[in-house]
Amino acid sequence: MEDKEFSLSCPIPISDYPKVLLAHGGGGKLMQSLIDKMFRPSFSNSLLAQNHDSTVIDIKASKIAFTTDSYVVKPIFFPGGDIGTLAINGTVNDLCMSGAEPRYISIGMIIEEGFPMEDLWRVVQSLNTSAKEAGIEIVTGDTKVVDKGKGDGIFINSSGIGIIENNLNISPGNIKPGDVIIVNGDLGRHGIAIMAEREGLAFESKIKSDCAPLNGIVKKLIDSGIDIHCMRDLTRGGLSSALNELAESSKTEILIDDNSIHVHEDVQGACEILGFDPLYVANEGKFIVFVDPENANKCLKLMKSHLLGAESAIIGKVTDGTKPIVKLKSRIGTVRILDMLSGEQLPRIC
Amino acid sequence: MCLAVPGKILSIHGSAEDLTRVGKVSFGGIVKDVNLAYVPEAKIDDYVIVHVGFALNTVDESEAMKVFEYLKEMDELGELSEGENK
Amino acid sequence: MKFVNEYRDQEASERYSQMIHDITTKEWNIMEVCGGQTHAIVKFGIDELLPKQINLIHGPGCPVCVTSLELIDKSIEIASRKDVIFCSFGDMLRVPGSKKDLLSVKADGGDVRMLYSPLDALKIAKDNPDKEVVFFAVGFETTSPANAMAVYQAKEQNIKNFSILVSHVLVPPAMEAILSSKQNRVQGFLAAGHVCTVMGYNEYYPLTKKYKVPIVVTGFEPLDILQGIYLCVKQLEEGKAEVENQYVRAVQRDGNLKAQEIINRVFKIGTRKWRGIGEIPDSGLVLQDEYIHYDASTKFGLAELVVEEPKECISGLVLQGIKKPNECAAFGTLCTPERPLGATMVSSEGACAAYYRYRKN
Repeated sequence: MEDKEFSLSCPIPISDYPKVLLAHGGGGKLMQSLIDKMFRPSFSNSLLAQNHDSTVIDIKASKIAFTTDSYVVKPIFFPGGDIGTLAINGTVNDLCMSGAEPRYISIGMIIEEGFPMEDLWRVVQSLNTSAKEAGIEIVTGDTKVVDKGKGDGIFINSSGIGIIENNLNISPGNIKPGDVIIVNGDLGRHGIAIMAEREGLAFESKIKSDCAPLNGIVKKLIDSGIDIHCMRDLTRGGLSSALNELAESSKTEILIDDNSIHVHEDVQGACEILGFDPLYVANEGKFIVFVDPENANKCLKLMKSHLLGAESAIIGKVTDGTKPIVKLKSRIGTVRILDMLSGEQLPRIC
Repeated sequence: MCLAVPGKILSIHGSAEDLTRVGKVSFGGIVKDVNLAYVPEAKIDDYVIVHVGFALNTVDESEAMKVFEYLKEMDELGELSEGENK
Repeated sequence: MKFVNEYRDQEASERYSQMIHDITTKEWNIMEVCGGQTHAIVKFGIDELLPKQINLIHGPGCPVCVTSLELIDKSIEIASRKDVIFCSFGDMLRVPGSKKDLLSVKADGGDVRMLYSPLDALKIAKDNPDKEVVFFAVGFETTSPANAMAVYQAKEQNIKNFSILVSHVLVPPAMEAILSSKQNRVQGFLAAGHVCTVMGYNEYYPLTKKYKVPIVVTGFEPLDILQGIYLCVKQLEEGKAEVENQYVRAVQRDGNLKAQEIINRVFKIGTRKWRGIGEIPDSGLVLQDEYIHYDASTKFGLAELVVEEPKECISGLVLQGIKKPNECAAFGTLCTPERPLGATMVSSEGACAAYYRYRKN
C-alpha cells in the first residue's frame, strides 16, 4: 500500500478548532458539526444515510459472521498505514478468515481531548480509503471525547458483519493430520515498521507495514472450490502465536520449516540488530491456510496469482502427533519447539 | 553478550581521529547511523561488527571463509570417515 | 545478509557435527561463556548435533542476568523520581528487583525509555536540560567501549545532567572464579567472541596455564559454535590446554586498542557483586575519579542496600553451570517467564528462559 497524499483540506475549520474538544463528544452542536461535516460526507452510503440510532440492514444469507476488534496502536501514523487502515483491514481480515465476505462495519472512536483536528481528518480519510479498497461500507459509528490524559490520542473499535454463502467448514476443528500449511508472503514487516517509528529505534530507511485487506485473495480461494480446512491471519505474536493457538484448538502437532519462511533482507537486518525473532513479529496483511496435500499445489498457485500472495510459500504441515505442539525445523536441520511468546519481545544487547 | 551484527559502510562523516566519526551502515538494506570512532581504518564498502550503535571491528574478509576452508582441509587430510560409527 | 547467513549452512553444520562425533572418545564438559552463544545453541538445537558425551554447560555470560539485585533496586528508585529520565537497554526492563521491575515503574508514570545505544541517552540529556538523564550501563567488556564513549563525550561537551548507573562485569575473573570453585566441572571453554573483539585474548593464557583448560575464542553463528566445540574437543582429546581463536574474522589477539584506550580512560577495575554468585574481586568496572560525577550511584546519594533473593531461586547455581534449569524445583511452576523469580528466567539470554522456551514439554 502506498503512503496516501493528504490532499483534501479538513472540513472543520482548523483556525476555529485546531484540536478536538470535550464538547465535540458532548452530544451538542459541536459534535453534530463533526459528524455532519467530517464523518458523514467521508463515509457516505445509503445505509449510513438512514441516520438512525441503529442501521437496519436487509441481509439475505443463511449465515453471517460477526467480529469486533479495538485498535490502540502507537504511533498512530506509521510507514504503510495508520490506525484507520488497521481498524478497517484488521476487522475485514478477521471476517474473511471464517470464509465470510466482509460487508458492513461500525466505527467507534474514543478521542482524547486536545487531539489535533488535522490528525483526526487524516484518520477519517484513511478509514474511508481503506473501506473503499476493501469494498465494505461503514454503516454506523460512535464518537466519544475523553479528558486529556485519559486516552492516548485516539482509540478505535470496529465491529464487522460478513456474509457466508459457501458450504465450507473453515475452522480449527477441521484441521487434519497431513494438512499442508501455506502462507501468503514474507513475515515481520508490520511489527518492525511500528518498532522503527517508536521508542527512538528509528532507522534511516523505511520499512513499510504490510497492512492490507485479505478478502480479495481469500475470495479467489473460496470461489475456486478448494476445500479449505482452516485459515488464520497473522497479527500480534506473529506466525508463532497463530500456529500455537491453532495447534491447541485443533489438538494437533504442527511442524514448520524455517528454510521455507521468507523474511525480506531489511526486515532480517532490523531483527538481527534488535535481537528479534521474525517468527514472533506482528504482521497485518498475512494469513495461513490449511489444505489437504492433494490441493496444496493448486492452492499455492492461486495465491501466487494474486497481488497479495506473490511470495506465497508452503511452510509446513500437520503431523500425526496427538499432543498439541508446534515444532520448527531450524535452518541447520535440527528440530525444536516453537513456543508462544510471553510478553513482548524487547530489544536485547546480548 | 553481545549482540553484534555485521553491516556495510555506505558513507562516512568525520576524520579518522575524530571520536564522533559516524557512518551510515547498511544491515541487509536497513540503514543506521553507527559511531566509527573505534575503527579509524574503516573505509566505505568495508563491513564492520556493530554493537549498540558502535563499530567494534572491521570484518576481516580474508579470514571470513576460514570456517569453510577448515572443512576442505579436513577432507584433504582424509580425517572425515563417512562410514565410521559414532 | 552477508557474514550472517553463510554461517547457518545446514550441510556444513552436519559435517562439523560428524567431525565432532568422529573424534570424541570420552565425556567432556564444555562451558560456553556468553549468553548470546547459549541463545544460539538452544535456538538452533546445536546440542542435538553433538555426541552424548559432550555436555554443554551454560555460563554466566548474560550481563542482564548477573546484575545484582541491589543495582536493580537502585535503578528502580532513581527511575521513580519525577525529575529523572531513566534510559536502559530493552532487556533490563523486565528483570525483577526485590519488589518490582522497571516496566512497572514506567506503567506507574515514570519516564523510563528503552534505547538502542548509550549515545541516544546523551542526546536526550542535551535535549532536556531541566531533567536528570540516567543510563543503566550494563554489560560485559563488549558494551564498555560504548558506555565509556558516552561518559567521555559528556565530559568533553560539558553535559552535567547526565550520569550512568554502572553494572559492568568482566569475563576472565568470572571464568577464574568458576575454575577455582570446588564444585567446578568445566574442562574447556568457548570464550565470548565479541568480548574478545574488544579485549583480545591475551588474558586467557595465564588461565590455560594455571588450570590446564583449553579456551577457544568462539563466534555466535551455528557454524562458529560447532567449529569452536570441535577445536575444544580436539584439544581435550589430545590432552592440550591452549588458547585458540575460532572467530578469526572478528577477533585479533590484542583486540581493539583504541577501544581499550577509552575504556581505561573512563573506567577502572573494581569489585562487583554478581547476582546469584556473590562478590568476585576485581570483576567489574567502576568510573575513574576524574569521571565520578557521572556516576549515578554517587550523584543520587543512594545508600548501599542489602537485599535477599527469593529462596526458591537457584539462578546462581545455574549461572555457574552447577545445575541445569530443569533441575530447579521452581522451574516451570513457581517460576515462569510470565512470573520470573530470578533474572535467568527473564532475560531471553538467561539459561532458564531459553530452556523454558525451547524445551518445554
